[in-house]
Amino acid sequence: MVTPVPTQDPGAQPGSVPPTKRGLELIMLAFAAIVVTTALVLVELNQPQGVTRSVLYDGAAYLALFGAAHVAVRWFAPYADPLILPCVALLNGLGLVMIHRLDLADGASAASVGDPVPAGNLPHQIAWTTFGLALFVAVLALVRDHRMLARYGYTCGLVGLAALALPGLLPSAVSEVNGAKIWLRLGGLTIQPGEFAKILIMIFVAAFLVTKRDLFTTAGRKVLGMELPRARDLAPLLAAWGISLGVLVLEKDLGTSLLFFGIVLVLIYVATERAAWLVIGLIFFLGGATVSDMIFKHVQQRVTAWINPFSDYDGAGYQMAQSLFGLGTGGVFGTGLGAGRPDLVPEAHTDFITAAIGEELGFVGLAAVLLTYLLVVMRGMRAALTVRDTFGKLLAAGLAFAIGLEVFIVVGGVTKLIPLTGLTAPFLAYGGSSLLANYILVALLLRISHAARSPAASAAPRKPVAPLAEAHTEMVQRP
Amino acid sequence: MPELVLQLTRAGFLLLLWLFVVAALRVVRSDLFVASGLRASLPMSRRGARAARDRTPRQLVVTAGGLAGTRISLDGRPILIGRADDSTLVLDDDYASTRHARIGLQGGDWFLEDLGSTNGTYLDRAKVTGPTRVPLGVPIRIGKTVIELRS
Repeated sequence: MVTPVPTQDPGAQPGSVPPTKRGLELIMLAFAAIVVTTALVLVELNQPQGVTRSVLYDGAAYLALFGAAHVAVRWFAPYADPLILPCVALLNGLGLVMIHRLDLADGASAASVGDPVPAGNLPHQIAWTTFGLALFVAVLALVRDHRMLARYGYTCGLVGLAALALPGLLPSAVSEVNGAKIWLRLGGLTIQPGEFAKILIMIFVAAFLVTKRDLFTTAGRKVLGMELPRARDLAPLLAAWGISLGVLVLEKDLGTSLLFFGIVLVLIYVATERAAWLVIGLIFFLGGATVSDMIFKHVQQRVTAWINPFSDYDGAGYQMAQSLFGLGTGGVFGTGLGAGRPDLVPEAHTDFITAAIGEELGFVGLAAVLLTYLLVVMRGMRAALTVRDTFGKLLAAGLAFAIGLEVFIVVGGVTKLIPLTGLTAPFLAYGGSSLLANYILVALLLRISHAARSPAASAAPRKPVAPLAEAHTEMVQRP
Repeated sequence: MPELVLQLTRAGFLLLLWLFVVAALRVVRSDLFVASGLRASLPMSRRGARAARDRTPRQLVVTAGGLAGTRISLDGRPILIGRADDSTLVLDDDYASTRHARIGLQGGDWFLEDLGSTNGTYLDRAKVTGPTRVPLGVPIRIGKTVIELRS
């Protein structure tokens, strides 16, 4: 059955155009739409009022929305990876269904005590999804070549840092929600600038490492068979460490802090291919983690709730304990969509949406969702491997890794593998900033994978080079 | 809703979800073979190729150095050799330059050209100064790496 067909190899046939695989993307998108519509039907089936015709319209609207994104990809980045968009569409769709399902549960429990039914989160999330996809198209249209981003490296870094630091420095009245100071309240809107800062800082670090990467590979002393970098080359990593600690202290947000440090560390590792950096980074991380556990109260609370959520069941450990009960109730095959009680977990629609999925779809369903994330990360890494320029490689690796790390931190927190952090699962969870930022991230990833797969970049035969003395002046592009 | 239907739909949905994942994995498999940095490539056109088969170089083989054993199929596109990561053959050799040498097809023959490297490129024992025709099986030396063309 496994028969590698070398002729499918895009970019290898001189003279013929390699396949863009856009048709495949459309088929997979339709498949995702079927899965999501089925999920919606099942949720409705398990409700007292049963299924209505409107479900079909919802499914069609969903397909139309992502169909539009697909057309944009066809237009602006025809050689982009065919799997990333469908996987993202599936995750986003499942998230919408889950949020709808939790809205129904909230409505039912409000009605049972005689309260007015709350408005629900679904309309907001649909609006954010639409807006996110519009941004996705805009980024694809504006960034025609990812290499131009490298030119704005320092600007991106500065804006990113400012965005990251802003909520921490503003008064709590403007920036604090549930103990974490990571928000900006603008009128009725709350945004989380950290989500966007993540991308900007990645662009900066990638651009910075491309120009300065030789510095990082200069060998210092050799210890235990590993070449350690020189002490002064540690400065950028130390800076990243300091900033992420600052985020932890000023904004009381473990997740962003961890994500930020992880991204910088991995980018340095990818740029230098030195395992020593990972070891040094881990030592820094352990040092920082131990010290902040000793000093800061909000970190201690999280750690206690993590080690034994049941010791303070009615207080700090409640959310965690409910999540574990939910996952336990779901078991291997889950309770079935719409048949569980995921609404018993506080914040089930944002931080704990993976717990809700684990309860209703069980281990098998949650594993499928995690695999879908893994596919996105894998395709991103593949783009990083195949793209020809160093900046693109670093940026794609960073973007893909950021999704992976974020999912790890979220799911690890929900399943009590690591302390709970307050990040949200990309695309699944309710939250405008996260959704918008992640659509921008995916657009950049598609842009880079377009560059990696398009024949112009990888297979165009070079023009015969004239001898230097006779050559005309010509424009050359630095890879 | 009857219990039986609930159970069936429950299993059915999980199956559907996994079908999506499996379909996606099949796509991944179909282009796994391109992922490696070396562009592998394909046989030239069948017509008329047979006669020339034994004397036309069709492969570039690294016979010594860190990359020993690497093969690159020749498909008419020039091969760039050096430490730059956009080279066709990326050397990890302290004696090689970033852009060291180029092997390109001119007429029906492959020509080796030094791109101003620090330590030079040698065809067998002779230092390459201008474009030089590379016969089959003659070693090209770049730093510690030895390459030859094979049919």
